Amino acid sequence: MSKMTLKTEGDKYVVVTRRFAAPPEAVYRAHTDPELIQKWMLGPDGWTMPVCVCDARPGGKMRYEWSDGKGGGFHLTGECLEVEPYRRLVHVERMHLPDPTPDNHIETTFEPDGGGTLMTMRMTLPNAETRAAMLATGMEHGMEASYVRLEELI
Amino acid sequence: MSRLDSAFSALSDPTRRAILARLALGEATVLELAEPFEMTQPAVSRHLKVLENAGLITRRVEGSKRPCRLASGGIDAIDQWLGMLRSALEKNYERLDQVLADMTQKSKRKTR
Repeated sequence: MSKMTLKTEGDKYVVVTRRFAAPPEAVYRAHTDPELIQKWMLGPDGWTMPVCVCDARPGGKMRYEWSDGKGGGFHLTGECLEVEPYRRLVHVERMHLPDPTPDNHIETTFEPDGGGTLMTMRMTLPNAETRAAMLATGMEHGMEASYVRLEELI
Repeated sequence: MSRLDSAFSALSDPTRRAILARLALGEATVLELAEPFEMTQPAVSRHLKVLENAGLITRRVEGSKRPCRLASGGIDAIDQWLGMLRSALEKNYERLDQVLADMTQKSKRKTR
């Protein structure tokens, strides 16, 4: 059973929900404390986030830099817009691939759910050009990962 | 499992996404797919089976060959992108589960 759901809302938004076995305070901290973010927001295996800036205050800056450990990588910049500690975050971000993608507006809410948290993230569905650029990045990484797996098998 | 679920599950694998990207350029045989991917034919065939069952590709018989192509209307670019997003987020959140478990452990030790 998957704990995550991912749906489109109209043709403008993507809505992701996920349950966590920890209270909203902890899940919120893991989304705003750079040291914690660097431990999990990494995407495909083998990637790291050597630089993480997240100033969770209205107007605060965000900068996430990812590296594949082989000289490849990309980064994201953003600004926090609305901050309600332990409950709700609204921020805007863009990826630099290396050209900046259009701004992605993201609202994340953290609700108590039994002893845990229901997190809901609503983001802008990127336009066709942005999707293609992101997909191309993902595929490149993906092929590397599958080569590595293949080497392990041989 | 619904068709969309099996499509997402098929797209969660980077090799299968790459195979779809190759097929977007045109029809290809197993042999033609195996070469650039540096994979054995049986390995490619297994991926093709998953993609076929998910309705993402179709295969026709041509002598002893069974060339593959993208299924028309099988999946659009949005679904491909959503599949990539889903697999990246699932990986991230599995790691986050571990981070949260470690945080809980630490705070328990502090209050003890």
